[in-house]
Amino acid sequence: MPESPSADTKTMNMIEAINSAMDIMLGRDPNTVVMGEDVGYFGGVFRATAGLQKKHGKTRVFDTPINECGIIGVAVGMGAYGLRPVPEIQFADYIYPGLDQLVSEAARLRYRSANDFICPMTVRTPFGGGIFGGQTHSQSPESIMTHICGVKTVIPSNPYDAKGLLIAAIEDNDPVVFLEPKRIYNGPFSGYYDRPVEPWSKHDASAVPEGYYRIDLGKAARVREGEAVTVLAYGTMVHVAKTIVEERGIDAEILDLRTLLPLDIDAIETSVKKTGRCLIIHEATRTSGFGAELAALVQERCFYHLEAPVERVTGFDTPYPHSLEWAYFPGPVRITTALEKILKD
Amino acid sequence: MPESHRRPASNLPPLSLHIPEPRYRPGDTPDFGDVAVPAVDATPRPSEATKPDAMRDLCYGLVRVLDFDGIAKGPWDPKLSAERLRAMLRYMMLVRAFDGRMFRAQRQGKTSFYMKCTGEEATSVASTMALDRGDMCFPSYRQQGILITRDYPLIQMMNQIYSNRGDHLLGRQLPIMYSAPEHGFFSVSGNLATQYPQAVGWAMASASKGDSRIATVWCGEGSSAEGDFHSALTFATVYNAPVIFNVVNNQWAISSFSGFAGGERTTFAARAVGYGIAGLRVDGNDPLAVYAATQWAADRARTNNGPTLIEHFTYRSEGHSTSDDPSAYRPADEATAWPFGDPIARLRQHLETLGEWDADRHDAQAIELEELIKTTQKQSEKLGILGHGMHQPFETMFQDVFEEMPWHLKEQCDQMLAEQEAKFGPNWKPE
Repeated sequence: MPESPSADTKTMNMIEAINSAMDIMLGRDPNTVVMGEDVGYFGGVFRATAGLQKKHGKTRVFDTPINECGIIGVAVGMGAYGLRPVPEIQFADYIYPGLDQLVSEAARLRYRSANDFICPMTVRTPFGGGIFGGQTHSQSPESIMTHICGVKTVIPSNPYDAKGLLIAAIEDNDPVVFLEPKRIYNGPFSGYYDRPVEPWSKHDASAVPEGYYRIDLGKAARVREGEAVTVLAYGTMVHVAKTIVEERGIDAEILDLRTLLPLDIDAIETSVKKTGRCLIIHEATRTSGFGAELAALVQERCFYHLEAPVERVTGFDTPYPHSLEWAYFPGPVRITTALEKILKD
Repeated sequence: MPESHRRPASNLPPLSLHIPEPRYRPGDTPDFGDVAVPAVDATPRPSEATKPDAMRDLCYGLVRVLDFDGIAKGPWDPKLSAERLRAMLRYMMLVRAFDGRMFRAQRQGKTSFYMKCTGEEATSVASTMALDRGDMCFPSYRQQGILITRDYPLIQMMNQIYSNRGDHLLGRQLPIMYSAPEHGFFSVSGNLATQYPQAVGWAMASASKGDSRIATVWCGEGSSAEGDFHSALTFATVYNAPVIFNVVNNQWAISSFSGFAGGERTTFAARAVGYGIAGLRVDGNDPLAVYAATQWAADRARTNNGPTLIEHFTYRSEGHSTSDDPSAYRPADEATAWPFGDPIARLRQHLETLGEWDADRHDAQAIELEELIKTTQKQSEKLGILGHGMHQPFETMFQDVFEEMPWHLKEQCDQMLAEQEAKFGPNWKPE
């Protein structure tokens, strides 16, 4: 499955793979800097930057004030100087104070200055629920990001992809929001919260090359071939979808979108035209979620190939509840119901 | 609201909400007799390495050099040569002539918008002259003086204002939102105070690379209320960033007087105190004081002694922009009642007092600059004016959103081109 073969691979979970991507880029490019709340000496609340400050020095990897506007604003200025900043926002739920700097500044700098200034920044941030994080540590704001013109949005679903995509994101000369599904940092998630967590080491994608490789942005991955229905998913939901279709013996084709913008429309179109049915799954709230965009695109491009209405399985339009987390999460029951509906005719 | 929420909670005296109100409104006679004007030599000049806590008084005083008779005095006198003083006067006069001409161009319907900096010329011209050429400026929207002082081609400014085919920003930006990296001038945003943390980031990058260049940034007293301002000061103090923060306190943020940014309670320079950075409050209509304060702050930053916040105490003599009518909210003669005079008149008087300038030379220079602007304007207008013909190929709308155009923008671009072809025919080209 690796796109770029490499002799020296190591078993890594997603945190280790993300750490390795930053380590590689800090080593390759003296202009790369990593910063954020608690990322320095401590190595990040999820350990994604563990050991990087010690290895690369305090001016390359450092802690910041608790101020997301400042973190992203400062990164814009660093980019204008010629650095390649990789700021971490500790939880995606905390990104909102920095949103103006992202929407009005980072995203539009190249355009408004006609290439006088660019913003080669990669904002890393853990997102999504399933960890009892309550309404301020569980949100999925990806459709806010895809609605900004001038920002790329990337969501990996496994260690191998996480490293290759993060390296490509850091090397990209435009701002990238790199959303890390924190539920699967330590192992893929089946969707059954009451079953033991399987570690990444049992998954093929945990074999990660130790050196440099990149996965180009804008390319989806087909994680399962099938004829009956196309399932479009990303992040945590790729694994949940896979568990459910395999348990139910459904001949589904699953596309892991990996990059939401730019989107791999060719892969989507090819698959949906083949299967004639499309189920979209995301954890984010439903209304104006990225699923709405996907449903519209499928309708515009594949309408005459469709044999059933496009279905969406999503989180509900409520804040992410703490105690009722698993009633909110688009888990096995919601997915199975949608699959049965889409496949019934 | 339920009745129960309206009842006083007790028999204590009722609270009252303060809504700031400027002292004078249209029809009133403004009197600024009580505005503190400290003596020219009353403000000490500490060393550039002074700890912020040991120089707090400067946040509440006023750095001055020129008295109202045109004499330079006191410890802040930068003792510039007559040649430098004449250059400063020339740049300020050029800014004013440029403003006058471009304001009229907007009124003549040649562009959509313009912003003058009348009365505030010193806060960008004198400030820029005290910097090194490589230092990076992060302007707000009223710092045309930076570009003019760094000899940026006037025609390029005009082309941008007209969004014509010479506009290197391809007509994408509102007039005056210039971008000039070769002249150390960051792209003007249009959102307020966003440039503040960006300047800090640039300064941090310069420091982390062991560079010797510093960053400077401007905002108005009104936008010092933005969160970005406070984010920037926090980062600057945390990392001891080599940056100069300029707050141009021109008393008015469109129709809101400085009281709506907290100006009734303390000075804007005093914002520095809470952050533990150096603060200076300067007579912004005194070009030599602005120069001296900037030079002090630049030396401080360049020797790793940290950031400085400079409040330029000045007055916005004209409207906020061409879209504003200040007579609707303040007395028409408030500008003339302002006790600190006009920066150009004051520098002229100083040069004349020194015997280095006279009325004939002044008038001749005014005519020369007016001619220069007029000639340049004609050249620029040959490249087009806004709203008369199309000056950029349509597809430029979709370029530079990303380094490489993704498929969805290509599709939208094709759609737009088809729309234009339907409208103008297949052989259309930009004029």
